[in-house]
Amino acid sequence: MIATQLPAIQVALPLLAAPLVLILRNGALAWSVAVAVSWLSFAVALALLLRVLDGGTIVYLLGDWAAPWGIEYRIDEVNAFVLVIVTSVAAVVAPYARRSVEAEVSSDRHYLFYTGFLLCLCGLLGIAITGDVFNLFVFLEISSLSSYLLIGLSRDRRALTAAFRYLILGTVGATFYVIGIGLMYMMTGSLNMADLATRLPAVADTTTIHAALAFLTIGLALKAAIFPLHLWLPNAYAHAPSVVTAFLAATATKVSIYVFLRIFLTVFSGASIFESFPLADLLIVVAVLGMFTGSLVAIYQSDVKRALAFSSVAQIGYMILGISLLSTAGVAAGIVHLFNHALMKCALFLALGAVALRIGSARLDQMAGIGREMPWTMAAFTVAGLSLIGVPATVGFVSKWALVMATLEKDHVLLAVLILLSSLLAVIYVWRVVEVAYFRDRPDDAATLSDPPTSMLVPLWIMTGAAVYFGLDGTRVLDVATAAATRLLEGWP
Amino acid sequence: MGILDHFNYWMVIVLMMAGLYTVISRGNLIKQVVGLNVFQVSVFVLYISMGKVSGGTAPILGEGITVYSNPLPHVLILTAIVVGVATTALALALVVRIRKAYGSIEEDDILKQENGS
Repeated sequence: MIATQLPAIQVALPLLAAPLVLILRNGALAWSVAVAVSWLSFAVALALLLRVLDGGTIVYLLGDWAAPWGIEYRIDEVNAFVLVIVTSVAAVVAPYARRSVEAEVSSDRHYLFYTGFLLCLCGLLGIAITGDVFNLFVFLEISSLSSYLLIGLSRDRRALTAAFRYLILGTVGATFYVIGIGLMYMMTGSLNMADLATRLPAVADTTTIHAALAFLTIGLALKAAIFPLHLWLPNAYAHAPSVVTAFLAATATKVSIYVFLRIFLTVFSGASIFESFPLADLLIVVAVLGMFTGSLVAIYQSDVKRALAFSSVAQIGYMILGISLLSTAGVAAGIVHLFNHALMKCALFLALGAVALRIGSARLDQMAGIGREMPWTMAAFTVAGLSLIGVPATVGFVSKWALVMATLEKDHVLLAVLILLSSLLAVIYVWRVVEVAYFRDRPDDAATLSDPPTSMLVPLWIMTGAAVYFGLDGTRVLDVATAAATRLLEGWP
Repeated sequence: MGILDHFNYWMVIVLMMAGLYTVISRGNLIKQVVGLNVFQVSVFVLYISMGKVSGGTAPILGEGITVYSNPLPHVLILTAIVVGVATTALALALVVRIRKAYGSIEEDDILKQENGS
């Protein structure tokens, strides 16, 4: 009985828990609920992934209304994997949140933080699970509105302006998406993804669908912070509370990239848009520009959080590059990097959260010598940083390797060289931090520091450990990603 | 077929561009929110217009009603209006807090203070 209702439980659990937390109005209770819900969600997502890998696509009709009239949840290898990514990050971040939120959010707002966190989780899971394009918009706005709230909870007043700018650009992006699906509805009379995929080919060569495609591309690129539409991201990540940055960096843009994949590869699968329109070539150029610009700007930042935010722009470039190769290997490389980047960026931002707990910020000039006083924190930062560069035995290497192999398979030698060159830029901005933290002396008048409490150190090392574990044994993740890529390129049965 | 046959769609384009232009060009945060609203309203009009069936009545059960407008876009837009109201409320709440923190709602003033601090 419960097994058949799992898709609904996945979304309903955080959605119902959010108002409960709001009513409780107690920080510690709210935190316990958030931890319990995120771990339960993780269990549900794992169960769903196992069932999909075992028995194929799950179709769940909400309220038993038959599709395409009712809303259906359709879970295949792709979104089952995304659900696992989102819930695993939530499950690791939630226990960490307690001490970090105590330090960075005023105490009368703690319960609001956990309400926002649960709503954001619900929105992200909803986006990933739904098979209806309009339902997707609603979940997109649930997750976006709650992330504006979460960013604005920081004590830093610059977080407010960052949240406002994100709100304006995010709403423009979401509205573009609505225009796009409206135009598709105009031509096909359907909002169901599977139904759209069968109806679109007949009308694919009309101006309306071309316009829809343009609106969808720009709208989703804004949401996913694909270069040059990333302008909201650096400030939002740099000034948000550390937990929020770690959570959003690992999930929000990833889910947007999933939507990108789903719309262009599944919904437009029969419409051969990539042949009639040079979208893929365009994306390759944008991706490479993003890889270099993001990394170059990251090198010159004085705030490490901001540097890593720009590095996210570069890493999104790698994912888009893989996807726009349009081969099984390329899309699989994009999806693998989506997972791997979630692990290592989450670990890096969690480490910075620990640093912020002790020294009050993540400014590079204040981090001199902290490597010796916070050994566990900075060791995790270094390992995750090495992974960002793509050093063997870390997840970063697995995804870079998959990506380079995919470009070579398509005879794009130049692209392979560019990937390696841009990785070298990552060496510079990671090394700057390592050098300051380990090889500079701490000022004599500085207070002595120590590693953060266990409740923060354990989540940090779970993420870092995962970044190494899946770097040593990447085959299982690669298998799932390849299955997902095959499903995306072949469409639903 | 005259230009006026597509009057609604022309208005959609006018509203959309006016809204987007306001969002981009104005430094006042409230005006940006207003622009965002105008932009969203244009999409509401687009959806409502596409639901119209010429010669159709309101989608209700009744004697002799055979041709009626498509009610689905209306329902979708009800949802989108709710989302729009929530976005506006949150945006205005942020503006209130920005004003408390910076003493201004002009983007230029705020940027000057941010770069100075």
